[in-house]
Formats: sequence, C-alpha cells, structure tokens
Amino acid sequence: MAIEKIWVVAEATESGPTTTTLELLSAARSLAGTVEAIAWGPNTAANAAVLGDYGVTTVHDVGDLAGALPGAAVAGAMAAAIAAGQGPSAILIPTSYDGRDIAGRLSAKADLPVLTNITGLEGGDELTTQHPVFGGTQIVNARFTGQGPGIFVVRAKSFAPEPAGGAPASVVALAVPDLGATNTASIVNRHVEERTGPQLDEAAVVVSGGRGLGDAANYSMVEEAAKLLNGAAGASRAIVDAGWVPYSHQVGQTGKTVKPTVYLACGISGATQHMVGMKGSKNIIAINKDQDAPIFTVADLGIVGDVHKVLPALIEALKAR
Amino acid sequence: MNVVVCVKQIPDPAAPQSLEPGTHTLARSGKLILDDSDAYGVEMALQLAEQAGGGEVTLVSMAPNGETSGLRTALAMGAAKAILVSDDSLKGADALTTAKILAAAIKRAEPDLIVAATESSDGYTGTTPVQIAEILGLPSITFAKSVAIDGSTIKVDRQTEAGYDEVTAPLPALVTVTAGVVEPRYPSFKGIMAAKSKPVDVLTAADLGVGAGANGQEITSVVDAEARAAGEIVVDEGDGAQRIVSYLESLKLI
Ligand SMILES: Cc1cc2nc3c(=O)[nH]c(=O)nc-3n(C[C@H](O)[C@H](O)[C@H](O)COP(=O)(O)OP(=O)(O)OC[C@H]3O[C@@H](n4cnc5c(N)ncnc54)[C@H](O)[C@@H]3O)c2cc1C
Ligand SMILES: Nc1ncnc2c1ncn2[C@@H]1O[C@H](COP(=O)(O)O)[C@@H](O)[C@H]1O
Repeated sequence: MAIEKIWVVAEATESGPTTTTLELLSAARSLAGTVEAIAWGPNTAANAAVLGDYGVTTVHDVGDLAGALPGAAVAGAMAAAIAAGQGPSAILIPTSYDGRDIAGRLSAKADLPVLTNITGLEGGDELTTQHPVFGGTQIVNARFTGQGPGIFVVRAKSFAPEPAGGAPASVVALAVPDLGATNTASIVNRHVEERTGPQLDEAAVVVSGGRGLGDAANYSMVEEAAKLLNGAAGASRAIVDAGWVPYSHQVGQTGKTVKPTVYLACGISGATQHMVGMKGSKNIIAINKDQDAPIFTVADLGIVGDVHKVLPALIEALKAR
Repeated sequence: MNVVVCVKQIPDPAAPQSLEPGTHTLARSGKLILDDSDAYGVEMALQLAEQAGGGEVTLVSMAPNGETSGLRTALAMGAAKAILVSDDSLKGADALTTAKILAAAIKRAEPDLIVAATESSDGYTGTTPVQIAEILGLPSITFAKSVAIDGSTIKVDRQTEAGYDEVTAPLPALVTVTAGVVEPRYPSFKGIMAAKSKPVDVLTAADLGVGAGANGQEITSVVDAEARAAGEIVVDEGDGAQRIVSYLESLKLI
C-alpha cells in the first residue's frame, strides 16, 4: 500500500500558518502524491495561497469555531470524513497545545493509534517514524501495524520548511457533526504576554539560564546577553517552575525545541529533558561550575566556571564592541 | 465533589533507564514510584474537593505487577481510595489501550472532575487524558496553569503559545495540569500511616470488560543517535568570557 494522500493539521495564527505547519507540509509533500490540509479559524481563505505554495491542493475548512477549544470540533469533523471513506493514508499533526488535543480526540473517536514525539519520517510502502529517547542519545524507529490511517504527532523543527510554488489551494467546507458534551469547552478570554526581540524558536542566538543563576533577579543577565547578541532568552524548566520566568521561555521536552546557530547555556545542568530541546543547535556553548555537568557532553565550547563571573564579563565585552 | 486523579507509577527517573529487549518498550519490571507530574494533580484534586466542601478524591492507575507504592504516596497525601488495573496482558500497552482501560475504571467512581498531568515523565505522549475524555464523552481542558470550580463550571487558565487563555467547560469534565499549578504537599507521618489501610481495588482488564486488544503500533528498532563531536572544555582562568567572544567571532555572529 503506497502512501497516496496525507492530511496535515494546519494550525495558524493571525500572521498565517505556523512554522511547524509549513515544516509538516514540506515533509508530507516528499512522502505522498497528494497533500491536503485541515484548517479552522477566521483566516482559512486568506491562508489558502500560502498553503498552496507549500503543496496543498485542498484545504478542508472546519470553520470559525466561535470560541470553542479546537480539539473536539476539528477531530470530530475529521473522524466523520474518515468514517465516510474520505480519509487519507496518514495524518500529520504538529506537537502543540491544540495539536495534541486534536490527536487524542481523533485517536479515541476513530479508534486509531497515535504515535507522538516524532522527529523523523521515512516513506516507502508505509511510513516509519523516528523518536528520540533518553535525551536524544538513542532513536526509536516505529510503525503502525493496524488498519490506517495512522496519526503522527510531529515535533517542531523536525523538517525544513520549503515552498513548492504551488497554486493557491481550493477551500472546501468540512462539517462538524453534533458532538454533544465533548465540544463544550470554550475560550472566554485571551491573554498575550508581551515580548521583545526575536522569537525563541526562530532566533539565531539563544541564551538560556538555569538554576545555577542562583536567583530570579540574575536572569536579567541572560536577557541582557541575549539582547546584545540579537538573540532570544530561554530557560530550563527548573526556573520556570520556580516562577522566575514565564513558561514561554522554556526549552526542552515540555517546552520549545530550538535549533539556533548558537545556544549558550548558563548554569544549566543538561538534564535529558532539557537536551532534547536544544541538542540540534549548530553550536553549543555552556557555562557551568561543575566540570561533570552533562551539558558539557554536547558543548562545542565549555567554560567550567562561575556564571556570576563569566556572564557579567561577557556582557561587558559585548558592550565594549 | 468527587474527583478522580489519574496517577501513573513509573520507574524512578533518577535511576538508569533501559528498554525491554524484545518489545523495546521502557523496562518497568522494577519498583515503581509516583510520577512527580501527577503529584500536582493529586494536590489540585485535594484542594478542589476541600474548597467544594467535601467529596472524595479517588486515584486511578494502571501498572504492572500489582504495584501500589506510588498509589500509597498519593493516598498518604490525602486521597481516599484507589483503583488499580494490573494485568499481564496490558504490558507495553499503547496510549489508546491505556486510555480505554483507565476510562472504564474511572467510570466506576462517577466523578464530577477528572484530573491528569499534561504528560507523563516516562511516556510523555500527552494524549492519554484527552483520549479518556473522548471515550467518556466529556469536555477536556489541557495545559491548565490554574483551575477553579464555580458551581457546575470549571474555569481554567490554559497555557498557550502567546500567553494564556481563560477557558470554561461544564462539569463533569477532564483537566490536565502543568507542573507548578500548585505546590504538592509532603505526606505527613499520620498520612503515611493512614494510607496503609486505605482501600485499593485491584482489577483486571476482564473485570472492566475491556479487551486488551492489539496495539496498533510497534517499535521496529532502536539505534544510537549520531553523537556530537567532542568539544573544547576549559576551566575559566578569568579568560572564559574572552573565549566565548572569540568563538562567537569565529562564527561571524559578532
Ligand atoms: C516529564 C518531565 C519533563 C521535563 N521537561 C523539561 C523541559 O522541557 N525543559 C527543561 O529544561 N527541563 C525539563 N525537565 C526537568 C529536568 O529534568 C531538569 O530538572 C531541569 O532541566 C533542571 O534545570 P537546571 O539545569 O536549571 O537545574 P539543575 O539541574 O539544578 O542544574 C543547575 C546547574 O547549575 C550549575 N551551577 C550552580 N551554580 C552555578 C554557578 N554559580 N555557576 C555556574 N554553574 C552553576 C550546577 O552545577 C548545575 O549543573 C523535565 C522533567 C520531567 C520529569
Ligand atoms: N498507566 C497510567 N495510569 C494512570 N494514569 C496514567 C497512565 N498513563 C497515563 N496516565 C495519565 O495521563 C497523563 C499523560 O500521560 P501520557 O499520555 O503517557 O503522557 C499522565 O501524566 C497520567 O496523569
């Protein structure tokens, strides 16, 4: 059974399809003859051109969900189409807040298995998947065994987004059936945190801080170094949980995956869950006072030293330039 | 208000981890402990039940070999009772099979609210709770950074890419909580003693009328990832910052 058609769950913000969506579309194009998108929200028609450019022929528009959390509605619409025999060979979903909800709902509703934390896909007669384990030191290869379509939940930054130069996709409505209580969670208010500088997962330089900084106030050094390098400031989960910085700064398994040109880790031990989110960086610099800290096993340049000395000196040196 | 908390019992994350030779699933034959991620859910459930002025917190877990040590920890924190599903046929069960089993067990407790973690520390699929909600026909709100109950409505601040959303749903509902949503209490000595005699109902898949079924997925192989080439590790002699500057220069970043 060759892979004929792939559905990609296409998330979007006000500024268009998310980067992870474009990454998944690029991967899908290399794996199947036909790539279709499942989209929702107010801007689907406006996004049809970009989606087409990335190889989508048809966008199945679930509609503006009027404040409902997307999980149940989007999965419900997809499950109905699959039940009606219009399903694809495989479904790719971004690892994101709503993506995971959609994957879980769809899996249970359509009784389909789901593979998560995918960082690589290989085609052929069937899709095989790659999943990093133990902090990315080993890779598990897996596949679906039952009747498809399989649900593949793919991590950000697993593929390069490459436009294909396709014509705008055609948009067709995909109806949401009555879903009863499952579809009753609704968003009543949105809060957007202010951010300056480049986005954490798109910056060429990421400077991250961990518990080795000692206390919350010292995180300002991380932010200052990031700013001087036109980069973004990241964090380990330890200091996010401690309330020093918002969750949006977290790098790792439960946070962002980053692949900058340079990742500078300051006072971060290098737990497996942190490394899985930054190991793909092109160059890694670490400052840690413990020469046995695991972060040094992935560092291209490791400074065994006190972050309270090295980081201020670095900031001074950068300012002096 | 009756609350069910899904608690996973996992191999100690601090101990070396390995995969089963045959199935390549995580080896779970040793002693298991309460997943830290679920300690937040237990605390949340205890606080919500207290605030609602009563009701019971029931734990639901699926684990091999009749394991209860993680459940005892959560009972010592204050949960009233537990349902454990333990069955050889469930070894290496995938997320959907796990969800079917847990959903059937949860049904027995007739909860107003189900609490789980956003993802487990050892499996981290992050899909099991939503699969449970779908099987039970309930709404779900994931990634909660704060949870409140207002009459028959649950109000959640849900983490988003940009910040957070205020989300509501009618009860009964399922919520998944993030680390840090509340500060888990340490079991008191009294709690630990009391936990020893709290009821733990041990069930098999057959008791629940759920066929273990076939997993729809398999691991075909495990390979070593490409290791990064060893870097230069130097002790700071006052020149650490300068070395970083030179390195950044060599990359033409400054
Ligand atoms: C399910 C699960 C998911 C997780 N997801 C994530 C995730 O997404 N991201 C993440 O980061 N973590 C995650 N974690 C947590 C992870 O296991 C670690 O606990 C965390 O990354 C540790 O953060 P840290 O390195 O800041 O703190 P620590 O491990 O405490 O390390 C602090 C380091 O600072 C060094 N240090 C101390 N003082 C100084 C000084 N003066 N100068 C220089 N160095 C100093 C120490 O030597 C030490 O190496 C997860 C855990 C679980 C169980
Ligand atoms: N075997 C299990 N027993 C009890 N709860 C579980 C089990 N597996 C998953 N869960 C719950 O679902 C959450 C997410 O798990 P996972 O899908 O493995 O990331 C966990 O943190 C638990 O709250």
